[in-house]
Amino acid sequence: MMNILIVAEHARQTPKKYSIELAGCAHELAKAVKGEVTAVLLGENVEKIAQEFGHYGVSKVITASHPAFNNYSSEAYTDALCKIISSEKPNIVLGTASSMGKDLFARVAARLKVGLATDCTEVRIENGSLIVRRPIYAGKALIDVVLKGTPQMATIRPNTYPIPDPHSNSPQVVRAEVVPVTPLAQLKEIIEAESGMVDLTEADRIVSGGRAIGSKENFEIIRELAKTINASVGASRAAVDAGYISHDHQVGQTGKTVNPSLYIACGISGSIQHLAGMRTSKIIVAINKDAEAPIFSKADYGIVGDLFKIVPLLTEKFKQLLKE
Amino acid sequence: MKIGVLLKQVPDTETKIKIRPDGKGIEEDNIKWVMNPYDEYAVEEAIRLKEKKGGEVVIVNAGLPRSVEAIRQALAMGADRGIHIDTTSIEVDAYITSVILSNAVKNESFDIIFAGKQAIDDDCAQVAIGVAERLSWPHVTPVEKFTMIDEKTVLVQRPVAGGIKEIIEVALPAVIGCEKGLNEPRYASLPGIMKAKTKPIKSLKGADLLEGETPRISVINYILPPDRKAGRIISGEPEEAAAELVRLLREEAKVI
Repeated sequence: MMNILIVAEHARQTPKKYSIELAGCAHELAKAVKGEVTAVLLGENVEKIAQEFGHYGVSKVITASHPAFNNYSSEAYTDALCKIISSEKPNIVLGTASSMGKDLFARVAARLKVGLATDCTEVRIENGSLIVRRPIYAGKALIDVVLKGTPQMATIRPNTYPIPDPHSNSPQVVRAEVVPVTPLAQLKEIIEAESGMVDLTEADRIVSGGRAIGSKENFEIIRELAKTINASVGASRAAVDAGYISHDHQVGQTGKTVNPSLYIACGISGSIQHLAGMRTSKIIVAINKDAEAPIFSKADYGIVGDLFKIVPLLTEKFKQLLKE
Repeated sequence: MKIGVLLKQVPDTETKIKIRPDGKGIEEDNIKWVMNPYDEYAVEEAIRLKEKKGGEVVIVNAGLPRSVEAIRQALAMGADRGIHIDTTSIEVDAYITSVILSNAVKNESFDIIFAGKQAIDDDCAQVAIGVAERLSWPHVTPVEKFTMIDEKTVLVQRPVAGGIKEIIEVALPAVIGCEKGLNEPRYASLPGIMKAKTKPIKSLKGADLLEGETPRISVINYILPPDRKAGRIISGEPEEAAAELVRLLREEAKVI
């Protein structure tokens, strides 16, 4: 019997999609070893969110409710999570390889002196050991890894596990009486993003532009197409380095690794480094003037043509399709 | 100021990765070894800080003997001295790397340590944070903007999901994990390369810095990801091709 603790995230009064994916993943693991899943939620007023996790196989939710937990702080969250782990004694602790998860889990694992596997794409339990598969060399290779120490810790890549079917179920909700420590790194300000853009690492659809886009202004045609199909906007390194768009949008080995159902690459040649960032996309579409562009050898569908003609046409056709 | 930089040598990003026949590692024969790209931003920021505030920049690396070349490259950019921790004959994972790096820097009394946010070989993104934890220092990673407010305080900008930015004030000493875009790393000049040849690099042994700690991560095997095959090219005039693509994405791929 092994118990699993998950660190769940939320924003704007809703659970993060990847935390629900995580709950589903943890529930499947726990079922196989006759264990339970407990979720940790940090921040005030999370009771409603806590109830929602019950629908996805979580039997207990521990809330750490204090204003200081309303925004992520590495020191405060690490201290709180370590205290909760020490009192709950789970065998396995899972989180998402999100901005918060990556940071928090590395610090917690170091404090507890246990093994941590990051950004995993597959997890299973065999004979009491968590075995995970994770990409290395930006996904050019994969390794299977086991961890030493208890708890065994891992972060899961967003958009890898499916959203489970909900079941009506009420979890036990418990307040952890944790007093936040005062951090030496203090959050002073949060600068909001352009327009509530879904982060590339979580996006299920992405439209990306390469250097062929030619200018910051021209990226508008990519944004238009993205908006039409509810996609996030990505870019190749060349487009970012040329100043057409910020690094937040870069997909690739020195940018973000994405895992969408649909990736449309416009004017991107398909270097090894770019492919490393999007090769696990379910469907890849390539639009490029150059029939020899390497991206065509990895794309499910390709159009050899001028992206300035094709992309607006796609936007138009999608608009028609989605109206029906 | 005493400024430390954690540095790793990794395969160049162009490398085509091949798995060894025994499945226990990658083929290292034709690899071009380079400074981890994210560490270049760390070295550059450290040198800029020294240029503003005075002091010295010390490169700290844990790796095989070939890693010394990467330390020299940082010295050629303008760092002052290096510390190479030889990891030959010890088993190394992200945990052990944090252990030996933090043990090596304990006696250096750094005011600040820069590191790349992650190494592009293992992609663990754990070592800089692990070192901060072992030193009981705060850390912020990834950082795309950095300024010193005063002797003991820095202000950094950290990108989080969806283009949102956090502005964080950190009390020194601290570990800063560097993100692409923090700065433009300089190329080593010819005089810089010449000077680097005689800058000191202290040699330590990883085995002496373990303090009884053992690895926490064990790799069972290495495999290649499934290969993607080419799909089809949709021909025709732009209008037709676009229409056909949309139809295929809806009816065949079922992603819209």
